[in-house]
Amino acid sequence: MLLTAAIFLPVIGALLLGVIPKAQEKALKTAALLITLATAAVGVVITLGFDFGHSGRLQFTANEKWIEVINSRYHIGIDGISLPLLLLSMVITVLCVVYSWDHFPEPHNPKAFLILMLLLETGMNGTFGAQDLILFFVFFELVLLPMYFMIGVWGGPNRQYAAIKFFLFTLFGSALMILGFLALYFKGGRTFDITELMVSGPLIARSTQILIFGGLFMGFAIKVPMFPFHTWLPDAHTEAPTVGSVILAAVLLKLGVYGFIRIAIPILPDAAKAWAPWIGGLAVIGIIYGALGCLAQRDMKRLIAFSSVAHMGFVMLGVATLTSFGINAAVFGMVGHGLITGMLFFIAGSIQERFGTREIARLGGLLTQAPHLGWILGFCAFASLGLPGLAGFWGEFPAILAAYQPADGLNVALFRAYMAIAAIGTVFAAGYLLWMFQRVAFGTAKEEFAHSHIHDVHGPEWIAWTPLLVGILAFGIFPHLIFDVTDSAVNVIAAGVGGVAQAAAVVAHP
Amino acid sequence: MLLAQAAQAAQGGFSTPHLDYHALAPEIVLSVVLAAVLLADLVLDETKKWVIPSIAGFGLLATFVPIITLALYGSDVRSMVGGAYVVDNFALVLKALFIGVGYVVLLMSNTYVEEGDYYEGEYYFLLLASIMGMVVMASSRDLITIFVALETLSIPAYILAGWRKRDLKSNEASLKYYLLGVLASAVMLYGMSLIYGYTGTTILADIGAQLQGDAAHNPLVTFAILFVIVGFAFKVSAVPFHAWAPDTYEGAPTPVTAFLSVASKTGGFVALFQLVFIGFLGRDDVWAPLFGVLAVLTMTVGNLIALRQTNVIRLLAYSSIAQAGYILVPLAVAGTSPDAAHSALTASIVYLLVYAAMNLGAFAVVLAVARKTRSGEISSFGGLFEYAPGLAVLMTIFLFSLAGIPPLAGAWAKIFMFRAVLDAGTGWAVALGVAAAVNSVIALFYYANIARQMWMSPVPDGDRTPITVPTPLVTALGITVILVVVVGVYPQLFAHFGDLASLVK
Repeated sequence: MLLTAAIFLPVIGALLLGVIPKAQEKALKTAALLITLATAAVGVVITLGFDFGHSGRLQFTANEKWIEVINSRYHIGIDGISLPLLLLSMVITVLCVVYSWDHFPEPHNPKAFLILMLLLETGMNGTFGAQDLILFFVFFELVLLPMYFMIGVWGGPNRQYAAIKFFLFTLFGSALMILGFLALYFKGGRTFDITELMVSGPLIARSTQILIFGGLFMGFAIKVPMFPFHTWLPDAHTEAPTVGSVILAAVLLKLGVYGFIRIAIPILPDAAKAWAPWIGGLAVIGIIYGALGCLAQRDMKRLIAFSSVAHMGFVMLGVATLTSFGINAAVFGMVGHGLITGMLFFIAGSIQERFGTREIARLGGLLTQAPHLGWILGFCAFASLGLPGLAGFWGEFPAILAAYQPADGLNVALFRAYMAIAAIGTVFAAGYLLWMFQRVAFGTAKEEFAHSHIHDVHGPEWIAWTPLLVGILAFGIFPHLIFDVTDSAVNVIAAGVGGVAQAAAVVAHP
Repeated sequence: MLLAQAAQAAQGGFSTPHLDYHALAPEIVLSVVLAAVLLADLVLDETKKWVIPSIAGFGLLATFVPIITLALYGSDVRSMVGGAYVVDNFALVLKALFIGVGYVVLLMSNTYVEEGDYYEGEYYFLLLASIMGMVVMASSRDLITIFVALETLSIPAYILAGWRKRDLKSNEASLKYYLLGVLASAVMLYGMSLIYGYTGTTILADIGAQLQGDAAHNPLVTFAILFVIVGFAFKVSAVPFHAWAPDTYEGAPTPVTAFLSVASKTGGFVALFQLVFIGFLGRDDVWAPLFGVLAVLTMTVGNLIALRQTNVIRLLAYSSIAQAGYILVPLAVAGTSPDAAHSALTASIVYLLVYAAMNLGAFAVVLAVARKTRSGEISSFGGLFEYAPGLAVLMTIFLFSLAGIPPLAGAWAKIFMFRAVLDAGTGWAVALGVAAAVNSVIALFYYANIARQMWMSPVPDGDRTPITVPTPLVTALGITVILVVVVGVYPQLFAHFGDLASLVK
């Protein structure tokens, strides 16, 4: 019941907003804030009631009749992998509403904008809670339309192209994904229930598994996005309004990885092993390609977008090891990336608002003109490059380490090569992030902005950003806050592919 | 069977067939309404003609009553005249669909016909006559009954397509539709005569029994089945037999276009289902590959040509061709096993139900917008969200439902179609599924293009006066949008009907 409330409160809120007249902006904003806060409060209650001792078990479950004809049920529940991501989605939405308070991008219209944001939240929360493939699919797709309109209506100059590209890429993946789900249904004992399929799925013949995994791979890999399916991401991020970019980076990209961890790997373990070297390979290509892409960017948002490709490469490398260690790192990496990259997009949006441009070459001396903003940018850049003590480190470093000893049956030499390449990727990351920080924040302001008055961080920004900054620091210092929650849930997944013992092996002789 | 009766009568052994009046009640009520509309048009003064649509509307609603009582209290299958006319779940679900579609089209026509300077009475009479043909079609389990039903539903539609008689395009629409329709009937009738020649019966169930086994692998039967299916391929505008559809749809009055693209097409499909699942089930070696080729061609050609349309009606015409392709997909895999046949029929019926709601909805929005813009160009939708946000949101819902985006009804239509494909499970079925999946991505592009105009483009002529939508049209929009959204969230509603309405045991 609580989880159902967490999923559907936002959509009820969206309906509520629908009846408030467009002119009453104050009422609309307050209502949206209250609804997202209420949803987050439900999230807090769920966290308090969550049995952390058994985080590998599904909790807050509901299992009701839904579509009897195809034996699809309204089955929801969360375990230690879903919980951090669910909370991330709830927190980010609240912060986005706060940040938007006085910042609604053109063509304004807060009513439609907030309704879309609430619909997005239902889609995101639902995806993390769904335990039935069809239900998962519906929520997974539910985020498409709001994001399409958010980019297409409120985005930058090239928004229409970016919006439709995002939509077409994702839809292509999901069309193949639903075929994969239906194949699972027929081969896995006529059920869409993820828990039941975790038992019956591994019994499917290996060759069939590999084919079905291919369908799921297309759906999830495009959403992540993995190289070479990433090309929608820089466009979508660059053109999206600030809040759209933040939600896209912080939560939507996680849906794909989550799909791999929740569905593809545990249900099709043999196929996962066959695909893992390819996924790992694409992941490290993504790391290097994303980093090189960053070095070539002139637009701040585009640079952060390419850095997302690289970061999701680390996450996917962790997943590809199929070990408990690697998948734990991946989940941590997702939360870390959500906080840090979300924050970076907020800053890019605020810079755009102040200077009217995001072109790195035209910026400079941010530290003298808006010292708080400058230092926050620096803090996030350091977090993003994986500085130990901040959240970025715990996603990146263990993922690399996990590649040293992948799950049984995977080619150790190959994964060690991946490890070496990924390690080089971290050097690039330091390069492009520091380079960007240096050029934007150091020195003196360029002539064109030298005499303009630049606001430092203001009220709504402080409120929206503080939780993220605190989170980046807190999870960096106390990583077990997340690892303790995810570990036993990840073990359940990794046990199915024989990747549990590796964690100990890595720690014993890395 | 009718022929057999005629023969019996000649020998003096004729006995009145048993008629189940409860089972025939929908047809009887509809006939009474038809007569009432015709009479009213005859006796009423010109100033009182506005009563006629009300008679037609309430009449259609009254027709629902016996359908509901039949569904609630009644044995499962009521068979008459030796199995030529059967009222079962399949018939009831589709009769309800036809009457529902008829009612929504009536609502859409109301203001349109009233404001045009043409005769009102005949319009409703013809519309109801066509619906009568469809209602009969849902029960026809006999070649001759099917043919009679088909002509009853088609002939009024030919006339309706040319309703704007002073408009050249409308004349062209009517003529093309008529000529190709007659050609299709001729081809189909020829095929039917061959089947009768081979089996000696017109009852589908008996034909089905005779076409089982190896003996039925006669080239004559193969050709007969080909002819019948090609005849219906014209009716459902499957590629390459679709050429009439875009011109007819563009030229016909918009409410009639909506009617043709939903009701007539469904009528054709209903006939096909009965023929294939009862009559020709044993000869899937003939129809399965044929439907496969038709499905792929119809989806792909429909979608690719739709991409290049600038007129919204033509776009919806090509989109409805492509949608027919998706409905044909399950038929192509129905022969694999009884299980697959059941899944396939469920999928096709669910698709037809969903398609009716979303396509009528889209046409209703086009009608509403055209009241202001007086244009059918896609660009005339520019900036709709700014001055008519309600209509823009509705159109967005219908378009993305047609594109198959969850959680809207259209997504379930596609998911059930994919399910039928994978239930068959053969490599060739899966390939068909992938083709359908790729096609649904192509389709998104043109549906999203209209959405893009409405939400992201400026108003073309800067005229932002809001649109007043007449009440009947509001009702039509309300019915369709509620169905699209409710079924989107709770698909069991339609899936249940699709599952019940099985011709395959």
